[in-house]
Amino acid sequence: MTNHWIDIKNSDCILIMGSNAAENHPISFKYVTQAMEKGAKLISVDPRYTRTSSKADIYTALRSGSDTAFLGGMIKYILDNNLYNKEYTAAYTNAPFIVGKAYGFEDGLFSGYKKNEDGPNLGSYDKSKWAFEMDANGVPKMDRSLNHERSVFQLMKKHYERYDLDTVSTVTGTPKEDLIKVFKTYTATGATGKAGTIMYAMGWTQHTVGTQIIRAMAMIQLLLGNMGVAGGGVNALRGESNVQGSTDHCLLWHIWPGYLKTPRSSNTSLDAYNGKWTPKTNDPLSANWWGNYPKYSVSMLKSFFGDTANKDNQFGYNWLPKVDDGLGYSWFDLFDSMYKGDIKGFFAWGQNPACSGSNATKIRKAMENLDWMVNVNIFDNETGSFWKGPDTDSSKIRTEVFMLPAAVSVEKEGSITNSGRWMQWRYQGPKPMGNSRPDGDIIMELGHHIKEEYKHGGVFADPIVNLKWDYMTDHVYDPHKVAKEINGYFTRDVTVKGKLCKKGTLVPSFAWLQADGSTSSGNWLYCNSYTEKGNMSARKSKKDAPNKIGLYPEFAWCWPVNRRIIYNRASVDPKGQPWDNENWVIKFEGDVQDGKYVSKKWVGDVPDGGWYPLENPDGSKRDDAKHPFIMRKHGHAQIFGPGRADGPFPEHYEPLECPIEKNYFSSQMVNPTAVVYSTKADAHATCDPRFPFVGTTYRVTEHWQTGLMTRPQEWLMELQPNVFVEMSEELAKLRGIKNGERVKVSSARASLECTAVVTKRFKPFQIGYATVHQVGIPWHYGWRWPSTGTEESANLLTPPAGDPNTRIPETKAFMVNVTKL
Amino acid sequence: MTKSILIDTTVCTACRGCQVACKQWHDLPAEATQNVGSFQNPQDLTFTTYKLVRMEEEMIQGRLEWLFFPDQCRHCEEAPCLETAYDEQAIYRDPATGAILYTQATRSLDAEEIAGSCPYNIPRKAADGTISKCDFCNDRIHNGLQPACVTACPTGAMTFGDREEILSFASKRLAKVKQKFPKAMLLDPDEVNVIYLVAFDPALYSEYAVASSNRKGITRAVALRKMMGPLSKVVRV
Repeated sequence: MTNHWIDIKNSDCILIMGSNAAENHPISFKYVTQAMEKGAKLISVDPRYTRTSSKADIYTALRSGSDTAFLGGMIKYILDNNLYNKEYTAAYTNAPFIVGKAYGFEDGLFSGYKKNEDGPNLGSYDKSKWAFEMDANGVPKMDRSLNHERSVFQLMKKHYERYDLDTVSTVTGTPKEDLIKVFKTYTATGATGKAGTIMYAMGWTQHTVGTQIIRAMAMIQLLLGNMGVAGGGVNALRGESNVQGSTDHCLLWHIWPGYLKTPRSSNTSLDAYNGKWTPKTNDPLSANWWGNYPKYSVSMLKSFFGDTANKDNQFGYNWLPKVDDGLGYSWFDLFDSMYKGDIKGFFAWGQNPACSGSNATKIRKAMENLDWMVNVNIFDNETGSFWKGPDTDSSKIRTEVFMLPAAVSVEKEGSITNSGRWMQWRYQGPKPMGNSRPDGDIIMELGHHIKEEYKHGGVFADPIVNLKWDYMTDHVYDPHKVAKEINGYFTRDVTVKGKLCKKGTLVPSFAWLQADGSTSSGNWLYCNSYTEKGNMSARKSKKDAPNKIGLYPEFAWCWPVNRRIIYNRASVDPKGQPWDNENWVIKFEGDVQDGKYVSKKWVGDVPDGGWYPLENPDGSKRDDAKHPFIMRKHGHAQIFGPGRADGPFPEHYEPLECPIEKNYFSSQMVNPTAVVYSTKADAHATCDPRFPFVGTTYRVTEHWQTGLMTRPQEWLMELQPNVFVEMSEELAKLRGIKNGERVKVSSARASLECTAVVTKRFKPFQIGYATVHQVGIPWHYGWRWPSTGTEESANLLTPPAGDPNTRIPETKAFMVNVTKL
Repeated sequence: MTKSILIDTTVCTACRGCQVACKQWHDLPAEATQNVGSFQNPQDLTFTTYKLVRMEEEMIQGRLEWLFFPDQCRHCEEAPCLETAYDEQAIYRDPATGAILYTQATRSLDAEEIAGSCPYNIPRKAADGTISKCDFCNDRIHNGLQPACVTACPTGAMTFGDREEILSFASKRLAKVKQKFPKAMLLDPDEVNVIYLVAFDPALYSEYAVASSNRKGITRAVALRKMMGPLSKVVRV
């Protein structure tokens, strides 16, 4: 979230699309309800009418996989009707930037496209074709009037000309009058002082075009001036209590802690690595915060390797693994390798791939190739027991499976980071049951054993031998030591900002980190969370900030540097005064002399940098100010996003499996850069009469993830006992299916027995001349519980394709058949 | 001062936290259910399910509405079940809270008669004839806590407090809700301590949302006993 949970209450219009907040983030509805009490409008857009929709002022449906068309239509509506916030768009976004002549877009393809015959990417772009035009100083050329024909603004206008109401309605299946109603209501938040927010989740991300759906919404938020303001932002509702924390600390293969880049094999030295990934700007008004990159990467290496890391050995850079250029190492790729027999050992830690991964049949097959598996979990699950699963001949499986029982969250101390980026400290309640242990204990001991083994030699022992591994107190894992390591220490006496910092003391914030080895920090983004003042994440004060918008700055701690609403420098005008005087986030209160600011003072939230505002009260420009979007190289938010794999503007493509034979926007059917796997376990079928209905997966309130914590819980099983398939009354009639009877749902990959829920909440879509039916299935089930073994995972059905930027699977739109048993 | 709960169904999201919280506090066993084609489960109140969120899909003025109704005992000001039982060992009213409470001695009552007397169709009997229903979390109230269901609600659909406060809050709340739902109403606020606020015709939420005219409440015999006044209010042996 750019904002945070409580902040939803400050919104004037809440769009819930790509998520089902009332069911899957029930507590968020406390704040949605509070906003509505104050008059906010709630819009629910979902293929299926949900418990969220039941509370909405406006509900409308769209076909799964058509979100970019819907949002592209909204962008066109904003531009056609002059509803964008002109001052904000011109001053804070890259709408005025001039794009080079090499940029082009024709019939669904941007310039620079090259097909890839080898896969898994269908193709890729030469992104240099999308570069901005630079002036003599190396600063992007801009036209703040937004009239230049190659300005981002004009190119965007041209790009979305095709997204007229008729075409959008045809593609999405959303009635035209509903589109207008949603667009009109939401875009009213473009007015100065009004804020609209988006609450999205996996309904947007899990597509071959997932990243671009969110980009499209970010563009809308920028055009309406909704970024950085209270009650605005782009808000991802994370699917686990600590998904945000695990992502920040590099759960994903392509990032290091704090969103540093995983080094590529071509980054052959620390200098080459830092040189490659540190952005440079020639604009004195751009803070270009990532210019500090080497300070963060070196501090991280110091944290990993301690005293052993020094300038002479490049702080241990060569001890860390590199990924090969152009290859992917995502979830999909790992199981693809395992399926092909290349990966022989597997730690399944706190997860259940046999039920959670898209195309789970392939995952279950892949695990049969393992020599060993270590399953760390609170209960046995379908993953640890894969060798005795349905259709599995255990006599042919040689995998040795070890089960390490883990303690549950309340049995251990440590922090979690919620969707709103709040790091919150939790204390241990009851002691772990039986011989179960906290994950930290297990990892610590595992590390000790591995280090011990490597003392006797081994292939490339240096990284293991040199790894700093001292997070125990009295022979027990100490979460405080890890939290302090993440924050970072001064590694020697050093003078920073004119202040002597003693060796061994905690670094106050990332502004103090250095690239010379004098500081360590396991994750620069969390530097400031555990300082000499104490554990900031354990704070519990209920005192609000002076702006009284629910920031509660002394409750827990929030990255970065306790800034509760990021991009908040965009919540003020160029003179530093809030667009919204009622729910203001920050404001500048420096002294004024002769129409000029003469002293610096920001109040409210921690500002995105404490520089002077861009303009003085008399309107004169300052040369000691910075543009508000400090994490962008050029200081401006990106309406044009030249860094994405699939193009600088979001474009509608059909899902890998879709019900119609034509993309109404271009002749390019699917995302030309989508990731599609191709073993014999990766079957897919589009526009295939055998699989005529759109399928999607989702969650219900009553279960959690693959159900490992909820399926053994009888009170929850009482509420949602069976895997079910929801369908319209029309489809049920077509197939002769009675409400409540068991039916078969099948895709090109597998079939699944489900209970039919025939409901008014699903309606057929009219897509062009075709009537398209859609069904939906929750993915919480698996054969291990309930003991009948009849309730299986919906991920057996889901497809082997993903987004080119993230490689997240397309589980939200695929094709199925539904028949009577 | 007796207590009341306002259940504002217009902000209920049917997360069913209340339904589970009730089972948890009372340590009630789960029922072996099947999905019969709707999210609602169990299908009805039972001896071990005191609270049930009923879910109905209705087309109202051309718009689909999904109506949620967290059903439970209303703790009537003058409870027909109590009058019918006429046995304070089995069914009694806690004067401090207004809770209508069932004991194990309900086993000796005529369960059909007791259930039949309830205008909201709440009491349920076990195989051995014992009757049960929501107990208002009377033990929690006496220990300064709110009922478990109220505590569990994430949206604030349930408000618990002194009866007078709740009545006044309920009418204010109704006035506000009516701006959006002109047909909104409070259900039997003068007769019950668990007061529902609904946006549409109460019959759409549940057959027994309001005191049912099909159910006579107390029988002629009970009415007669009642007329005789406190003199006749003796404990049956």
